[in-house]
Amino acid sequence: MTRIHDLAVVGAGPAGVAGALTAALAGLDVVLLDGAARPGGQYFRRPAEGFNAARPGALHTSGHGLDGFTRRWELLGERAEVLLRHRVWAAGRTGGTITLHCLEGDREERPRTVTARALLIATGAYDRPLPFPGWDLPGVLTAGAAQALLKGDLVLAGRRIVVAGTGPFLLPVAAGLADAGARVLGVYEANSGFGLAAHPLLAAGRAGEALGYAARLARHRIPYRGRRAVVAAHGRDALTHVTVATLDDGWRPVATRTVECDTLAVGYGFVPQLDLPVQLGCATRRDHDGGAVVAVDAGMRTSVPGVYAAGESTGVGGAALAEVEGRLAGRAAAADLGRPTAPAGPVSPDPALTRRRERLAAFARALQEAYPVRPGWQDWLHDDTLVCRCEEVPLSAVREAQAMGAADARSVKLLARPGMGWCQGRICGYAISCLAGEDPAPARRPIAHPIRLGALATRADPHPPGPQDEPAPHGEPGLHGKPDPQDDLDPHGEPDPHRKDES
Amino acid sequence: MRGPYELVRARPEPEFEISVDGAGVPVVPGQTIGAAMHGAGIRSWRTTRFGGRPRGLFCGIGVCFDCLVTVNGVPSLRACLTEARPEDRVTTGTDATVGTDATDVTDGTDDAAAGDEGESEEGGTVGGP
Repeated sequence: MTRIHDLAVVGAGPAGVAGALTAALAGLDVVLLDGAARPGGQYFRRPAEGFNAARPGALHTSGHGLDGFTRRWELLGERAEVLLRHRVWAAGRTGGTITLHCLEGDREERPRTVTARALLIATGAYDRPLPFPGWDLPGVLTAGAAQALLKGDLVLAGRRIVVAGTGPFLLPVAAGLADAGARVLGVYEANSGFGLAAHPLLAAGRAGEALGYAARLARHRIPYRGRRAVVAAHGRDALTHVTVATLDDGWRPVATRTVECDTLAVGYGFVPQLDLPVQLGCATRRDHDGGAVVAVDAGMRTSVPGVYAAGESTGVGGAALAEVEGRLAGRAAAADLGRPTAPAGPVSPDPALTRRRERLAAFARALQEAYPVRPGWQDWLHDDTLVCRCEEVPLSAVREAQAMGAADARSVKLLARPGMGWCQGRICGYAISCLAGEDPAPARRPIAHPIRLGALATRADPHPPGPQDEPAPHGEPGLHGKPDPQDDLDPHGEPDPHRKDES
Repeated sequence: MRGPYELVRARPEPEFEISVDGAGVPVVPGQTIGAAMHGAGIRSWRTTRFGGRPRGLFCGIGVCFDCLVTVNGVPSLRACLTEARPEDRVTTGTDATVGTDATDVTDGTDDAAAGDEGESEEGGTVGGP
């Protein structure tokens, strides 16, 4: 018999663990799921146990933060069911019960369903790349990839590394790589033209953090240059050098030079992971950078009753904000399910938490405003530059689709197929939206992780997950209504590039 | 030179080897296949089906699907998410083979044996195209 938990939490990062612990301390029966083998999400990713790392905090901006997270994680293990290596690929809601469809394991996967009366979505975010010539050469990694390799696997992404993009995340990435022995040749920040001295972290009152990075970069003699970007990557089979451009205010290149390197770690902010909330029909809103995030109230309630969201999915703001949001969500879930939060638990009074959230969110907004993506990046592209890596769609194909009358990103996608490949537009979606002249829309992906068809066949719930009244958009793999094997369940996992999309 | 192990004062357990297209790659228990390959200097392990472009790790966290490999006959696994196990046999290839049964005919699993459209559904993957 299936056990119905009070609260299911998806994501074992700062938001999910804080939310799960808060709810469990308030007396809820909580289950926490995460696809990874270890807790932490991206921010508190830690080395595999096989390393027996005595000082995992040395890889983290704040070792203290990691200690606190680890304590919460240990407390949670005594009070909740924890399901690591469980990838949630779909969520559905029927009559006040949430059903999560999972796959257990990272290869010979076993299907499993988890049911609960309420759901907290804390699925985090991933790097937002911008395309440029050569960005698909091996050796070009996202900044997050370089950090994940280091934090989780103790592998240096390269020997001679250039770090580029925009946002404060570039600083810990560069400092971490250098601390771990890589030669970081430079940090090229597309926005700030003033260097670290005028870094927004300083303006926002986090001088200690910014100065800490400045000191670490200086100790390793790493130049930090604003108004610079890597506008091309070069090499035959792997990266050998990059073109670094000086940018004007709008990010158009005004001068270039070449830097020899074997690795580029690049990132232009983050994209919140919204697959589950969109499946469930949660309302979204535009964040300050134009990207879609889940709309929530002060208790982190989404527009769907019983569904809460916390952390980056409600707006990219970092680990401290995510933790506060998780705690707010855990309290709200406990209150909504009829269990007032026990005062004995390690939970601050609500108003203080709310004020803390507001303060951290204001800081996050300031950072987003200080590190926008400016449209001049489109000038970095050539006709033959791939904008979609999976389907190998060059810029020229997007422009042809537009010339044929594709006026929005969806039409461009249907005509030229960017975003129709393995990653389902997770990597190129932002760029395609920009090229089509619109803000990125929350992508509707009825399947949040690719799954083998055997898992679909053995799914316990005979009904398709997700709202029944919203068919999947044309051209996306759909579980809604009758899945057409020809459309969605291609046995070779490969799309036919010549297939017409009017099925 | 100070490296990641020194930084975190790691005392790694003994390494084991996996086979990547027949060559040995060392792994510390718990490392992913993708990290072990990248750490061993293997930067690309797949070519795309149209342009034949080399691909390896890109996003490193399971989002981009650039790093797909076949492990012990199971196709289309993201190397960056798949923890290596002793005795693993990793095969790489082009898009024409990764994700299908073509590289796995000797494995004998249902996935590998699937030859035509009807049978191969068990081994197919959805969520990608």
